[in-house]
Amino acid sequence: MALHFELVTPERQVRSEDVYMVVVPGTEGEFGVLEGHAPFMSTIRDGAVQVYRTEGAAAEEIQVRGGFAEVGENGLTVLAEHVEA
Amino acid sequence: MASLKELKGRINSVKSTQKITKAKQMVAAAKLRKAQAAAEAARPYAERLSAVMASLAGKVSGDSAPRLLAGTGSDQRHLLVVVNTDKGLCGGLNSNIVKEAKLQAKALIAAGKDVSFYLVGKKGRAPIKRDYESRITQSFDTSTVRNPGFEEAEAIAAELIAMFEAGKFDVAHLVYPTFKSALAQDPTTVQLIPVPAPAVADASDAVVEYEPDEEAILAELLPRYVKTQVFGALLEISASEQGASMTAMDNATRNAGDLINKLTIIYNRQRQAAITTELIEIIAGAEAL
Repeated sequence: MALHFELVTPERQVRSEDVYMVVVPGTEGEFGVLEGHAPFMSTIRDGAVQVYRTEGAAAEEIQVRGGFAEVGENGLTVLAEHVEA
Repeated sequence: MASLKELKGRINSVKSTQKITKAKQMVAAAKLRKAQAAAEAARPYAERLSAVMASLAGKVSGDSAPRLLAGTGSDQRHLLVVVNTDKGLCGGLNSNIVKEAKLQAKALIAAGKDVSFYLVGKKGRAPIKRDYESRITQSFDTSTVRNPGFEEAEAIAAELIAMFEAGKFDVAHLVYPTFKSALAQDPTTVQLIPVPAPAVADASDAVVEYEPDEEAILAELLPRYVKTQVFGALLEISASEQGASMTAMDNATRNAGDLINKLTIIYNRQRQAAITTELIEIIAGAEAL
């Protein structure tokens, strides 16, 4: 049960890995993405993307600014203009 | 005929020029690798963005499309965004870009359109000013930073979009070189604003949910797309600059080497001639006794 998570900025690919769950700060509210999520697209507001590597693990926070998130067949892709790890 | 001393001075000066061009060549080679890596690292983002754009643009069409996608409805006033380097010593790169820009301008003017220029980088200013001084609206200075990056792209895109919203132009084209190899950089022109509708790649049946709706996302996405395009052009120009510089400096180093060889031969010949003359004088003197 793994979700493929990619975090990409214009300058480089920050993350490309399999994780358990990612919580994304959407413009209209935060949403969590697990494996098998329905296709979904949302703009994001400035805030922290929380990455849970395994079930019950502590969240790793990545600050992002400006961008959008896309959930497709091959996982979650977050395109952000600025990332502060 | 130059004297021996003059020749020696000449050889030394060419040698020091050769040292400079050689150093510049090696610096460019190292920087080229970095610039290419940066260009490669930027590719995933651009690919994703255009894929999403393609899937969205197909859904949002007609009257509801934002102006950045649909245009102003006229194509009378054109803006040419010309991206040049800030530094010279890179062969014919800048003059090729300027040539392409002037070609485009000429074609547009011949078609009865209004043309104005927006210049990025220092080296394009003077040659474009020569022909189209009154048409240069604005220029963006990238020489203050070492490596123009996303911040600069953001600033340029924001300025362009503001000009578009203010109704200063109808269509914007981006003129920049695409980096093929260290030997070849082709000047390219692409339409920047209105954003050309990307070809819809795959009509997947999956029902995608949008939050907020498609139009809002698209309106948010278009400025990002323009930024990414400008950023791509900045990356291409820096890779092209280093590539062209490497080639030009390699040629210069080789030419300097040829010149040194030629001058050395002349120098040796003259020295030999001087020795022979001295010998003849001595022998003639001895025979006279």
